Amino acid sequence: MTIAEKILAAHAGKESVSPKEIVDAKIDYVMVNDVTGLPAFEVFEEFDANPILEKTVLIQDHYVPNKDVASAEQAKSMREFARRYGIENHFDVGRGGVCHQIMIEEGFAAPGRLIVGADSHTCSYGALGALSTGIGSSEAASAMATGELWFKVPETQKFVVDGELGKYVMGKDIILHIIGDIGVSGSLYKSMEFYGSAIESLHLSDRITISNMAIEAGAKCGIIPPDEAVFDYLKNRVIGEYSPVYADADAEYEDTTEYDASEIVPLVATPHLPENVTPASEIDVQIDQAYLGSCTNGRIEDLRAAAAVLKGTGKSVHPDVRMIVVPASKSVFEQAMREGLIGIFMDADAYVSGPTCGACLGGYMGVLAEGERCVSSTNRNFIGRMGHPDSEVYLANPAVVAASAITGRITDPEDLLEG
Amino acid sequence: MEKYIKGRVWRFSENVDIDQIIPAIYLVTGDRQELAKHAFENVRPDFAKEVSDGDIIVAGPNFGSGSSREHAPRALLGAGIRCVIAPSFARIFYRNSINIGLPLVECDVDAADGDVLAIDFADGKIVNTNTSAGYTFPSLPDFLVDLLDVGLIENTKRKLKRTG
Repeated sequence: MTIAEKILAAHAGKESVSPKEIVDAKIDYVMVNDVTGLPAFEVFEEFDANPILEKTVLIQDHYVPNKDVASAEQAKSMREFARRYGIENHFDVGRGGVCHQIMIEEGFAAPGRLIVGADSHTCSYGALGALSTGIGSSEAASAMATGELWFKVPETQKFVVDGELGKYVMGKDIILHIIGDIGVSGSLYKSMEFYGSAIESLHLSDRITISNMAIEAGAKCGIIPPDEAVFDYLKNRVIGEYSPVYADADAEYEDTTEYDASEIVPLVATPHLPENVTPASEIDVQIDQAYLGSCTNGRIEDLRAAAAVLKGTGKSVHPDVRMIVVPASKSVFEQAMREGLIGIFMDADAYVSGPTCGACLGGYMGVLAEGERCVSSTNRNFIGRMGHPDSEVYLANPAVVAASAITGRITDPEDLLEG
Repeated sequence: MEKYIKGRVWRFSENVDIDQIIPAIYLVTGDRQELAKHAFENVRPDFAKEVSDGDIIVAGPNFGSGSSREHAPRALLGAGIRCVIAPSFARIFYRNSINIGLPLVECDVDAADGDVLAIDFADGKIVNTNTSAGYTFPSLPDFLVDLLDVGLIENTKRKLKRTG
């Protein structure tokens, strides 16, 4: 069996499962955020039940601090739900951050676990060897009450990336390269498993970026076999015990695709699909905003990569560009302060805020006007994703975001620093 | 769930994402009617005004991609959409729709805006009454037929009753 099959079988109490089979499986955690929470809480009241406290996680991140009265009411509903049932895993403003970063930092995500979340980027925890996947609000409510959920066992595709990565190539470029190859529905309903020396050489943060964007290929999950990098990260962090799950030697994959890491360069996904990838060095696009943050690329390693470009050139953000930096969590922000990164950003005229998902989904804190273009370390460049329907989003890695912020045009950091 | 429906077509292309169905700026309510007011606002501003109860969406592959927001099928139900037909659906949208009672049909149908389709869910047949073209689609697994029929809320209540 593949990793996804083994995790589903174990949680369904079965010896084995096969693709397309529908199983009821016990979940380890169910998470909702402030946007998907409200509809879940309304549905939950229909059940006349108590939530399973140790499995329920509530995280305020999309529209907090609140953008308007309606979002304030929505966030309030989460606080009230947490108080009414005594849910301790509730991360409010100033105590948490972007939900997936919190699920990982706080030790909920771990190898072999089955985790669901009412947010599509819940697939991020595949980087730690978990089967984690996005669900809707009603089924999040159902999972809170029953501790179970139905799953269709996915077929698994294997992706092998071998070789050495270039200096400014990050996890973002690997996953954009793959999505560019297979398309935005290339893994529809499926589990992606990632292997190869290039994947093994990545630190956990870059692996999280890869698993995070599995959904942009339509996948149910994107799993990387856990190794020492994961076990070390989890020491003194993980809640409870965990047992790593690996694929059997005779596991059946729907297909296997191999990539040469040395051929992957810093990429940009142009509007309006993540599959529209092109090398950053090959396009000439003027930008109005550069955004660094999100569950995809808002970790300390991402901030370091961007700060290194700013510091390396000694230049400030281009006068016609707004650069916005949003660390994904309180602890990322604190670490960035300790390392002097926040000072580097502010000295370069970037704007730095506390954690929120706001700008990534066009909610607030960086919404684009008509005709504006943004180079962004986020995950989606759909029509109107970050604001006006006639604005444009170019997805890129944090180093490309920083290099572009300096020049005012989409720029490969290599051309700026080594050219 | 109704076994037979007839409705007017709204035609969409491929990769219609959740941000198109319901822009994120309106995600401050779960109310179907309220969400329906903003359905497809950025890409098809006439939709919310002109959609009527019983209409059908026919789209290209990968309908409902992106976000997990259940707000999207809620907005479509609120707008009166009774079925979405597409060659393939994004998986979270698919789950959400089945869970809250919006039937989805996986089928590649040739239809234009305003065509009238007749859908027979029991027999798995679709007829475009404007072109007389007929299509067949496979039935859902029994588990999903039951879930679509009773809804996830009732399904969960039954489960809670069984387990005490």
